[in-house]
Amino acid sequence: MNDVVAALCERIDPSRVRSGATETRLYRRDASNMTGRAGIVVFAESTADVQAAVQVAARSGTPFLARGSGTGLAGGAVPPDGAIVISTSKMNRVLSVDALNRQAWVEPGVLNLDLSKQIAHLGVHFAPDPSSQQTCSIGGNVANNSGGPHCLADGVTSAHILGLEVVLPDGSVVMLGGEEPEPDGLDLRGAFVGSEGMFGVATKVCVRLMQNHPDVATMLMEFDSVADGAQLVSDIIAAGIVPAAVEMMDQLCLQAVEAWLHAGLPTEAAAALLIECVGPSGQVGADVDQIRALAAELGVANVRVAADDAERAELWKARKGAFGAVANVKPNYYLHDTVVPRARLAEVIEKVYEITQRHGIDVINVFHAGDGNLHPLLVYDAREEGVLEKVHAAGREIVAFSVEVGGVLSGEHGIGLEKRDLMPLMFSEIDLSAQESLRVAFDPQLIANPNKVLPNPATCGDLHAVPDGAWV
Amino acid sequence: MDQTIDDFAAAVGTTGLVTVEGAGTRGGGVDDVRTVAAPAGITRIDAAEMVLECGAGTPMADVHAALAEVRQTVSIPSGGTIGGALAVGASDITRLAHGPMRDVLLQTHFIGAAGKVTKAGGPTVKNVSGFDLCRLFVGAHGTLGFFGDVIVRTRPLPRSSRWFSATGDPFDLLASLYRPVAILWDGATTWIRLDGDPGDVEAAAARAGLIETVGPPEPPGRHRWSLPPNTLADLSAEEPGTFLAEIGVGIVHRSTPQTRRAPESAVRRLHDRIKAEFDPAGRLNPGVDPLSAGSPG
Repeated sequence: MNDVVAALCERIDPSRVRSGATETRLYRRDASNMTGRAGIVVFAESTADVQAAVQVAARSGTPFLARGSGTGLAGGAVPPDGAIVISTSKMNRVLSVDALNRQAWVEPGVLNLDLSKQIAHLGVHFAPDPSSQQTCSIGGNVANNSGGPHCLADGVTSAHILGLEVVLPDGSVVMLGGEEPEPDGLDLRGAFVGSEGMFGVATKVCVRLMQNHPDVATMLMEFDSVADGAQLVSDIIAAGIVPAAVEMMDQLCLQAVEAWLHAGLPTEAAAALLIECVGPSGQVGADVDQIRALAAELGVANVRVAADDAERAELWKARKGAFGAVANVKPNYYLHDTVVPRARLAEVIEKVYEITQRHGIDVINVFHAGDGNLHPLLVYDAREEGVLEKVHAAGREIVAFSVEVGGVLSGEHGIGLEKRDLMPLMFSEIDLSAQESLRVAFDPQLIANPNKVLPNPATCGDLHAVPDGAWV
Repeated sequence: MDQTIDDFAAAVGTTGLVTVEGAGTRGGGVDDVRTVAAPAGITRIDAAEMVLECGAGTPMADVHAALAEVRQTVSIPSGGTIGGALAVGASDITRLAHGPMRDVLLQTHFIGAAGKVTKAGGPTVKNVSGFDLCRLFVGAHGTLGFFGDVIVRTRPLPRSSRWFSATGDPFDLLASLYRPVAILWDGATTWIRLDGDPGDVEAAAARAGLIETVGPPEPPGRHRWSLPPNTLADLSAEEPGTFLAEIGVGIVHRSTPQTRRAPESAVRRLHDRIKAEFDPAGRLNPGVDPLSAGSPG
């Protein structure tokens, strides 16, 4: 390891190459509850720094991984044993903005919300808006193909990444995709987005910007049952309306948030939907009218439409503050992320209640209903003996049921370590070997963030091999 | 479907050179090589899920007609088969608003070089389970595997959709119009498509001084030049009518092919490694190289 440090210090300012126990400990985990062991942390300031670090890793056969803000929930940024962690958080400049053609080049350490704030005066924004958008980085969004509440209409990160400058695991620097719409060759940009750090390190990102909306309407409506709320979501889409966001909160969530924020939420309701429509005023008005009519057919008595920006902000604060409000219920929570067909939402939520009840765990549901993207929060007190085992067992059942009804393992958090060994629920050995082929082509040495996403062939199909503490 | 996916896998087989052909509208298969055809037929349309599932050999005309019955559409160009359109990877002229075609493919069962049915992606619009083979396969010209069946993301038809024309600066329209579906410019005239609520479309057209028209002209040729959109203003030096440019996108339709730069050597190596991993014997669409496939017609 000392040789590797020395080699790094020859190419990178030694003050930015750290191997002390205190510093490497800070990089042993991400926002999941799994931990690894970083060997060396490199604070990159340029493509040249990243390239130097990757070349040293390649020559010495040392595993490496890039790290943005460390907000990932699936353990994707948990370092493999002794890895070189390449922090891109100091690469945080917005390099250029073309407001007319709605493209911008940014460094990977730029924070998601910072980008939209910096370009707001130009009337454009970066559409992906994960709940962690105040702290997560664009580089991390690329690695995870992140989503967010407003991805229903505009798509997840991959739809907003035009080009990438990438340091490949062999240390070469390439441009994948770019400003031009149809570059020759395979869509390696598309292959790279969502590769969870296993195909290399993005050092510059060309993002697509979206025009800000001339008008917006935010509605809150309450339901006597989760099934009615889920039915309205399907009815809205089938009627040809694609709102910008459709978020559902169940009763326990409404109660927890109301106790904290006093936003006037319907705590007696079984569920509430927060729906946002955007666009020119005629379209927004027509969408709102049609949604009101569909809701009335389901017997929804009350539709609250935010009267102004302040009320809209209050409603969104209630939605985005749900995770904070959980602390009033139990000290710990475990956040899940699966996707199911919209038509199966009600049935899956009922199953989530049944599973958690059977395991004696409280559950709060707050999720992207428009996308069928569930986020059951299992809340618990880690001091209770044996509770973690119950949380894990319940979580595994929820994931398995989601896939069983035609859904997928993850909508936006990624696979990482958390769901690596659950991949066989969705993919056969043949399917997985095709994914492995792509990985080997990008990284023949298998040193870029190894042991993530794809299960080890030896444990393929063995669902008991999930790493300790994994949030399945 | 007219054949099962397993029948298709058996037809692809495990040895020998093989090529896939749909309707042949986008260049067809490789000459003098055993030719297979993918299953055809729509198996599922679910308007509430905004998805359509079909065999890769399904004609696009059937796809668009079936979706129109549930007042939806899909951002894939007309003509030929859905598999052919996805394999070539050229978007239609609505890309400015709807994004590139590669974003519509959610899941596919493809037949790999070993003749096995292989699943990529997942059935839901939102999905980050594993590596994104779907986007890798769109535009891969069938060199990594042959599409067997696909699930694509659909969109509701707009309440109103109209074409307009204008003679002013197309870049002013790009700056001022809210999410136009297409802005096409031939150096003299600009054609604009606006979708949405009828009142909004009417108001936006009136504000910008647009004149209603039947639609854009046929492009001057089948070749698609791919240029950074911020370079399109340079086209004003050229003879009007010799090109049709997608403003804000960067596709320029012309009668002559684009001269392309040689790829970076690292990109070449990466392509070669991917091909070697997926098709080590080089049996799928032999001789086709996505890096030099030229402008998809």
